[in-house]
Amino acid sequence: MFELLGVPPQALFGQLLLGLINGSFYAILSLGLAVIFGLLNIINFTHGAQYMMGAFVAWMCLNYLGINYWAALLLAPIAVGITGVVIERFLLKRIAHVDHLYGLLLTFGLALIIQGVFRNNYGSSGLPYQIPAELRGGYNLGFMFLPTYRGWVVIASLIVCLATWFVIEKTKLGSYLRAATENPTLTQAFGINVPLLVTLTYGFGVALAAFAGVLAAPIYSVNPNMGADLIIVVFAVVVIGGMGSIMGAIVTGFSLGLVEGLTKVFYPEASATVIFIIMAIVLLVKPAGLFGRAA
Amino acid sequence: MATDAVLERPAAAAGAKPLLAVRGLEAWYGESHVLHGIELDVGEGEVVTLLGRNGAGKTTTLKSIMGVIGKRKGSVTFAGQETIGLPSRAIARLGIGYVPEERGIYSTLSVEENLMLPPQVKPGGLPIEQIFTLFPNLKERLKSQGTKLSGGEQQMLAIGRILRTGANLLLLDEPTEGLAPVIIDQIGATIRMLKQKGFTIVLVEQNFRFAQTVADRHYVVEQGRVIDMIPNPELDANIDKLHSYLGV
Repeated sequence: MFELLGVPPQALFGQLLLGLINGSFYAILSLGLAVIFGLLNIINFTHGAQYMMGAFVAWMCLNYLGINYWAALLLAPIAVGITGVVIERFLLKRIAHVDHLYGLLLTFGLALIIQGVFRNNYGSSGLPYQIPAELRGGYNLGFMFLPTYRGWVVIASLIVCLATWFVIEKTKLGSYLRAATENPTLTQAFGINVPLLVTLTYGFGVALAAFAGVLAAPIYSVNPNMGADLIIVVFAVVVIGGMGSIMGAIVTGFSLGLVEGLTKVFYPEASATVIFIIMAIVLLVKPAGLFGRAA
Repeated sequence: MATDAVLERPAAAAGAKPLLAVRGLEAWYGESHVLHGIELDVGEGEVVTLLGRNGAGKTTTLKSIMGVIGKRKGSVTFAGQETIGLPSRAIARLGIGYVPEERGIYSTLSVEENLMLPPQVKPGGLPIEQIFTLFPNLKERLKSQGTKLSGGEQQMLAIGRILRTGANLLLLDEPTEGLAPVIIDQIGATIRMLKQKGFTIVLVEQNFRFAQTVADRHYVVEQGRVIDMIPNPELDANIDKLHSYLGV
């Protein structure tokens, strides 16, 4: 068996796969953050909590209502998305005209409240969620073993990210969205309902987070802190990719997952910090982010 | 002075039932009070200009009609409907198309997306082929980024996109600003053609020589008020007065 820089290929590909999985979550979550930031100019600190809510709704669906994984994959994003719509209509809208720091504070506070409520009711040790029967097992690819569910996570995340990119960049609705992002006042003066677009965009960004949460439920244990741990890294990803850039969020999400995986193979000590080191370098060299436009 | 006559019977020149009637319109940018009771009427099918010095309130008047300003008061009726309490999207839906001073071409949209962006608000908009006949340059650059167009092309795009929508009142804010004479001629020809088709147009202009070639009447705006109204045929006779208004 050949070795690469003293690393057996199974270990290398295994870590690359893990990196790709993490990258899938980074991509969906940073995409949601980027979409929300683009139109609302709010850094949605509730995003991690909304990802966690997605996983919990899937768990509740299964354990209280007997609704399976596939239905939850659709229902949980809708349910959590609706809570997002409510948050936008009743809270975020009221502070849209003041400094954006208030939006950050509000969403951060909401995240703490939501996580607290779930911790009170479900504890913080984590609840198990079984991989659906259709996605158990795996494939031997010769150079490595690929668990079916992990392959599915990567594919599902790619599909959702590319579909979102397509809608925003290539459709009429997307052109409304881009126009409202660039010049909301004029877009409104053409007869386009910008406040409605804003509400739906927030709901959609939140639904993306919940979708990632359902994908994560069978891999990571469903617990109230799952989002808080992940979201810090995702914020770094968004900063590296450039705030508000759709393709930037997707590409950066997947590549940083891979970089993290590679670091685990070659220099494991740095694997937890490598993304933040990259963020610091990118901020020094290109403050608007790799895909961002300079303001 | 003609001022009093204008303010007392603003509807006289426009006929009995103006399409657009503005009464006592006041507007603010934050704390600063910019319009102090604008009064004007625009009859159906008329082309009317707002003349005045920089900062007189011409652009603000258009913005206030369109509802894209922080705070406004008074009365703006369009086709008999009061719009002062409506959001701009509802005002647009009544059939008002707006070309802002900065043209408002979106850099994140292609030329085609810019052109197709404003939703149809009424039947009777120009078919897209006719817009391409008017502005052939646009057809060749459909896939370009909106802001990659030249200034003249951007102006054509800004006008072209509101002709599609069926809006019958067009608010054009300095469509000739910064453009080459040959393009100004093309825009003048377009405005005369639109008038022939029955569009009603309110035009903000610095250049009254250009305004003279397209308009029926001219309102002179100063310090947030309409201080005079000059019918186009009488413009030459009033040229000295106009010079003193405009400070040229």
